[in-house]
Amino acid sequence: MSHTNRVLTALLAVALVAGCGSTTKGSDPGAAGGGTGTSRAADPNAPIKQGLKIAFLPKEIDNPYEVIVDNGGIAAVKELGGEGKEVGPSDASASSQVSYINTLIQQRQDAIVIAANDPNAVAPALKDAMGKGIPVVTYDSDAAPDARQVFVNQADSEEIGRSQVRLISQQIGGSGKIAILSATPNATNQNTWIQFMKDELTKPEYKGIELVKIAYGDDDDQKSFQEAQALLQSIPDLKGIISPTTVGISAAARYMSTSPYKGKVKLTGLGTPNQMRQFVKDGTVTEFALWDPAELGYLAGYAAAALASGQISGAEGETLKAGKLGERRIGKNGEIILGPPTVFNAGNIDKYNF
Amino acid sequence: MRDRLLRWETILLVLCVLVLAYGAISTDGFAEADNISFLLLDYSEVALLAFALLPIVLTGEIDLSVASVLGFCSALTGALWNGGMPFETIVPLVLVAGVVLGFINAVLIVRFGLPSLAVTIGTLGLYRGLAYVVLGDGAVTGFPSTYRPLATASIGFLPYVTILVIVIGIIAMVVVHYTPVGRALYAIGLGEQTARFSGIRVDRIKMSLYLVSGGLAALASLVFTLRYNSARADNGNGLELAVVAAVLLGGVSIFGGRGTVFGVATAVLLMAGLRNVLFLGDVSNEIQNVITGLLLIVSVLVPASVRLLARRRRERPAAEPTLDEEEPCPTPTVSSQRS
Repeated sequence: MSHTNRVLTALLAVALVAGCGSTTKGSDPGAAGGGTGTSRAADPNAPIKQGLKIAFLPKEIDNPYEVIVDNGGIAAVKELGGEGKEVGPSDASASSQVSYINTLIQQRQDAIVIAANDPNAVAPALKDAMGKGIPVVTYDSDAAPDARQVFVNQADSEEIGRSQVRLISQQIGGSGKIAILSATPNATNQNTWIQFMKDELTKPEYKGIELVKIAYGDDDDQKSFQEAQALLQSIPDLKGIISPTTVGISAAARYMSTSPYKGKVKLTGLGTPNQMRQFVKDGTVTEFALWDPAELGYLAGYAAAALASGQISGAEGETLKAGKLGERRIGKNGEIILGPPTVFNAGNIDKYNF
Repeated sequence: MRDRLLRWETILLVLCVLVLAYGAISTDGFAEADNISFLLLDYSEVALLAFALLPIVLTGEIDLSVASVLGFCSALTGALWNGGMPFETIVPLVLVAGVVLGFINAVLIVRFGLPSLAVTIGTLGLYRGLAYVVLGDGAVTGFPSTYRPLATASIGFLPYVTILVIVIGIIAMVVVHYTPVGRALYAIGLGEQTARFSGIRVDRIKMSLYLVSGGLAALASLVFTLRYNSARADNGNGLELAVVAAVLLGGVSIFGGRGTVFGVATAVLLMAGLRNVLFLGDVSNEIQNVITGLLLIVSVLVPASVRLLARRRRERPAAEPTLDEEEPCPTPTVSSQRS
């Protein structure tokens, strides 16, 4: 009970542990990620197995975006004569997915499709699954590359960035001042896209366009609304705004739709059809883009089924046959790209519901 | 004999056996070495934290900051590992850090006499916040593969971590049920003033309980970090609810003075088994929460009604003046009937 005893015990523990030598970051041979050694040879002509059980594990079961993705995947599995299901934790914490992965292994699922909450925390469990012959596909948010065979990426970051510039250029007629309304100053996705936007703007065909300001709405509806207002008032000859975040574009559209700038200043970016429908119909917004989450899930479902049937192994250069989406080539590090983002306008927006 | 049958711990044990038997008979993939070790591993941190919380609740206090201490220690492990410190040095430092956080709780509660509920709700937020200060919202990985198996591997179905949990459980059992300090815990829980006047060093005991709690939470953080190979500030977020649930389900009175280590251990096993069976049966999270919630209410309701019944029976034949309608007068010897 006494304090001296406690101190002694602590010291003893230190001495014991310190005596065992030292292991520092980098000194551990096993810590360096093992290569993606998928040794099973793929047979591109193998038939898709019937009755495949494929589980979709979102970051969080209540995340509406991922529910759409998973439903797209379940539809794909059904199309292939299999049985898809969605299970997942109610909180998006790092470790909560691990119990689910272990459960899916015990249930002898034929493949696991997961949006990883933490690329490393899920890795040991996913490797365990792969070791037991259960292929792993990631989507939306990748796991450590050696802990899955295939990552289905919604769209190439470069393509997202460059296509935004193409959209705004068409809308403002190729010249004038533009601004960007982004999420937070350190949002990885947005910053990558903005880098590619800036790069695209250096091309000669965009020499009439000048990017004058990047504002940050912090993915907060009210802040984005105010930032949009400030941009329009402080730059009188502003011709267009790109908002590569669903929160930013809808807040900006809401402000512009009741302001004198409606129709005069162009707004584009990444938004969901349901949020943007009224602004497309009232003429505030002409065109904006986003990938179709259901198609993302559909592609992931096909990738999982093809892996489980031995059609592909996840190696670079293989071809995935993905039903109505056609064929996709597997790129570096087992990455498959869904394709260029879908562009929504008054003509097609009513076909989408997400 | 009848008393023993009606005891909550007995009911709990029966429930536990029923759940495990149900799983083994009707759930595919349940009774396999791999699955049993998942099941045990999944609740190893909860078990460690519950053993830390049990003696505190016995004295009528609470520590809601356990999961945040875990989070802080995990973040600290990550930050130090990133800084290039050898893992062998990090381990003792992190354990000391846990004890220090426990000490802060102890000072506020014991020295300043503040209510433990308020203090530890405060430090729950504070320590979690400090975890983000230490590591930000990033994740650190790549912990040494020489130590990781300690947190993930098993002998057959028995993970090494479970052996650690069992050892800690046995130590808790010996201290709580077979030492003067253990009896003092019950005495404090039944009546702090009386305990004080009986010469029990209440403050010193309470202080050390929070230090032990911090140390065990740090130990649990090492298990957690190595098990997931990921140090993050949000590790173990919300785990305190599972820990409190395990302690209450184990038949420990939230007012102090009643409860056993065996009960808590059985409760953890029951929760782990139930969750695993429900997972394998694809029962949704919402329904799982409903079941755990109901179980918790039953765990409070049953012992209370059993005691009420017993008291009625005692009062009626005697028909004496109803002076002792309340709980028996707290004396240190009361605890000896529980072991």
